[in-house]
Amino acid sequence: MGQKYTNLVKNAVGRMVPTEVNGEKQVPFQGIGKYKPEGRKFGPKIASCADYPEDGNKQVASLKEALVKAGLKDGMTISTHHHFRNGDLLANQIFDIAKELGVKNLRWVPSASFPCHEHLIQYLEDGTIHHIEGSMNGPLGRFASYGKMKGMGVLRSHGGRYQAIQDGEVKIDITVIGAACADSFGNANGLYGPSASGLLGFALADSQYADKVIVVTDNMVPFPCSPWQIQGNHVDYTVEVDQVGVPEKIVSGTTQITKSPDRLLLAEMTAQLCLEAGIIKDGFSFQSGAGGTSLAVGDYFAKIMRKKNIKARFARGGSNKYLVSMLEEGLVDYILDGQTFDLKGVQSMADNPNHVWTSPFTSYNYHGKGNFAGLVDVVILGATEVDVNFNANVVTHSDGLMLHGIGGWQNCLFSKTVILPIPLFRDRIPVIMDEVTTICGPGELIDVIVTERGIAINPKRKDLIEALKDSDLPIKSIQELKQEAEKICGKPAKPEFEDELVAVIKWVDGTIIDAVKKVKL
Amino acid sequence: MSNKITTAGNTGKKVRSDCFITLELRNSGGIEIEQKSKVQVLYGDSNIELCKNILTFFGIENAKLELEDTGALPLVIAARLEAAIKELINADKEYLLDLIEENNYSSEREQFRFSRLYLPGNTPSMMLNAGIHEPNGIILDLEDSVAFNKKKEAQLLVRNALRGINFYGAERMVRINQLPKGLEDVKYLVPHNVHMLLVPKCEGADQIQELEQKIEEIKKDHQVTNPVYLMPIIESALGVERAFEIASASENVVALAIGLEDYTADLGAKRTNEAVESFYARTRIVNACKAARVQAIDSVFSDVGDMEALKENVKVSKGLGFEGMGCIHPRQIKVIHESFAPETDEIEKAKKVVNAFIDATERGLGVVSLGTKMIDPPVVKRAEKTIHLALSLGLIQENWRNEFLKEE
Repeated sequence: MGQKYTNLVKNAVGRMVPTEVNGEKQVPFQGIGKYKPEGRKFGPKIASCADYPEDGNKQVASLKEALVKAGLKDGMTISTHHHFRNGDLLANQIFDIAKELGVKNLRWVPSASFPCHEHLIQYLEDGTIHHIEGSMNGPLGRFASYGKMKGMGVLRSHGGRYQAIQDGEVKIDITVIGAACADSFGNANGLYGPSASGLLGFALADSQYADKVIVVTDNMVPFPCSPWQIQGNHVDYTVEVDQVGVPEKIVSGTTQITKSPDRLLLAEMTAQLCLEAGIIKDGFSFQSGAGGTSLAVGDYFAKIMRKKNIKARFARGGSNKYLVSMLEEGLVDYILDGQTFDLKGVQSMADNPNHVWTSPFTSYNYHGKGNFAGLVDVVILGATEVDVNFNANVVTHSDGLMLHGIGGWQNCLFSKTVILPIPLFRDRIPVIMDEVTTICGPGELIDVIVTERGIAINPKRKDLIEALKDSDLPIKSIQELKQEAEKICGKPAKPEFEDELVAVIKWVDGTIIDAVKKVKL
Repeated sequence: MSNKITTAGNTGKKVRSDCFITLELRNSGGIEIEQKSKVQVLYGDSNIELCKNILTFFGIENAKLELEDTGALPLVIAARLEAAIKELINADKEYLLDLIEENNYSSEREQFRFSRLYLPGNTPSMMLNAGIHEPNGIILDLEDSVAFNKKKEAQLLVRNALRGINFYGAERMVRINQLPKGLEDVKYLVPHNVHMLLVPKCEGADQIQELEQKIEEIKKDHQVTNPVYLMPIIESALGVERAFEIASASENVVALAIGLEDYTADLGAKRTNEAVESFYARTRIVNACKAARVQAIDSVFSDVGDMEALKENVKVSKGLGFEGMGCIHPRQIKVIHESFAPETDEIEKAKKVVNAFIDATERGLGVVSLGTKMIDPPVVKRAEKTIHLALSLGLIQENWRNEFLKEE
């Protein structure tokens, strides 16, 4: 379907965006730090202990019963989380139940979706789900890209999701929080049990602001479940099921250091750049994601730190065995972790007081009194495309298909130095272009693009350019890199789009930075 | 009568940057092209235009072409389609894309050949980024890494790669097939600025001379003036015995390499990490090379995961007098370079020579001398390369001469 809009306005990065989405008024992106909404945060309803069991036991027999008791009905907003990643068994069940009950037009607000949620396409088709607000990965993204979703997709970063819930932009009627461990009162954590995934940070906002909160676990322990990453005082119902997640799919297989020589080279160049720019120094902090290249950057950091006897004050996770071994070796004092990608990370979080769990509120929320992401010295991120103005895209591919979520990517752009190590082209598709298909992050926040054929530094970063002026690293202009890619691959044709829009990309402050057009079939 | 139909290229789950072509010649109906491309939106139209141009070039007016594309560059598509066409019709013409200007550099007899990276000659995805790892040489292999039924395809792909892929200054090498079959490869290489041919399983000077003759013919036909150097690979007991004869068979032989897999098989011995079984062959070859004034190049080290063992291996190799070795994985390059890197005393000696040369040039002297000893130009050249290498490895500073003069 897609939505036709006649009333588009040009925002501060020159993109035409709608002023209304799914019937709700929107603010176009106004520039970084420009939009400051006034007023107060959204207030959840006042609850009374009188309405809850005196013995604290909120357990009901089934997820279905919990949903019915929570008042599941047409048009509601239902939220879930991606702590179980591609091993999540809950989201699909929720909508199976909704379908069974004949409920329609639900709005699904996942913190991220995964290929395992392809099951939900049938409910997008039959109207059980009206639209998705949250990342749409793989199959769901493809489905939405062709305009088949009834409503408009709304994509937010992890921090933007917290912001939207806190600010009342998204009012969640029912949230279902899957937890590796919980008690019948609703205290829950992600640390213990067969579905251990480390922490439950993505569910924090939902637990605080949703109307009804359901905690589901396959590891119900007697009160108290400690530590309580989710506080039972927010929780309405608890449910015990046989299995909340598929353990081997929770810890994903991608969390290995890349073996690709090209990517290792990218990682090595990135680390070398950080060293020469003086970023790697005693007491510094860094964040590098869970992809193979990012992991390799961390590994090269470790080598440099060992050699030069340097210690980092903290590293921000996604943690995994590699980061944990740096913590244990004493190369970093603290891991401030947003999600754990393997069991070593889970174990460390449970055992090591310096492996600290965080949430999108502490790390990423832009409508707070500061956040951790802005304190990080250097962050290593990815992108599907970058343009000559350093604007970057993480959501769509160059053929227009929307295949990835934003994750914490936008939030991390506020780190002091943002580096994107990316190949100059992927299977003939140039990564650097005149204009990115979708702007997810404005170029003024992106400092360095590292490709295997050269490194481009944002002209705004005069300090970095100065620090690296005598470097042997292949520093080039971003235009040169673009031309080099096109010389090798040929100049790509522009994808054709329909006029309809299928999704909008929110900036961290809730404004719309870009819209995604329907792809021609 | 059934139409003539054939296929070319690669397909499969792991295949990238390649294409698979099915071509059927017809008697009527014009050109019909069906494309399934991973980059359809961005390059679908230009792919079709390219295919049409090629079919027209070969005078094909009626055909059905299926193109299954996993992000192949035009030079790959062109090679595949030309291969398919030549399976179906007799054509001597060649569809040549531009020889890109970056590929116009030449190589020299004396250059460092510490590392040479082997790339399977029919696998385009591995070729594109090979140069960024900065091996001294890149070998596009037509021999063992290419399946027997893919030899012709590979000739065209390697030809197109030599013209269109930038190897960023690496010496441009091709391992041809074992002679005499390898003679058929030469015409796809020599006109396209190949720097060196590797001659596998070489067992005699006569083979080299026969190859030279073929090269000369083609050079003449195509007005090629650059030398085409040769690196015979000794891979048999007989080859080892004839190493000196092979090394001195032509002035274009600049190095001999040893291939240990086949050699140990020929011996009937097991190949071990300690390499005792090939000690004789290795030292024999080194000696033959030094006697013939060519470089001695060691075999590949096949455990790509073990960088420590590789380092040890290179140390032994350098100790025996070898001046380079083969790589089968880009990550081996750096280790090999560092281990073959000039040692402090070599660098100090090179500094003296280069300084004497600069000094002589500044004073307008035709002869370079160090103390009472005259220095030949090749020695200067080699010293300059040592300095260059030391610089590029970060062993000395750009302004080393200031320091040097202060110390003198």
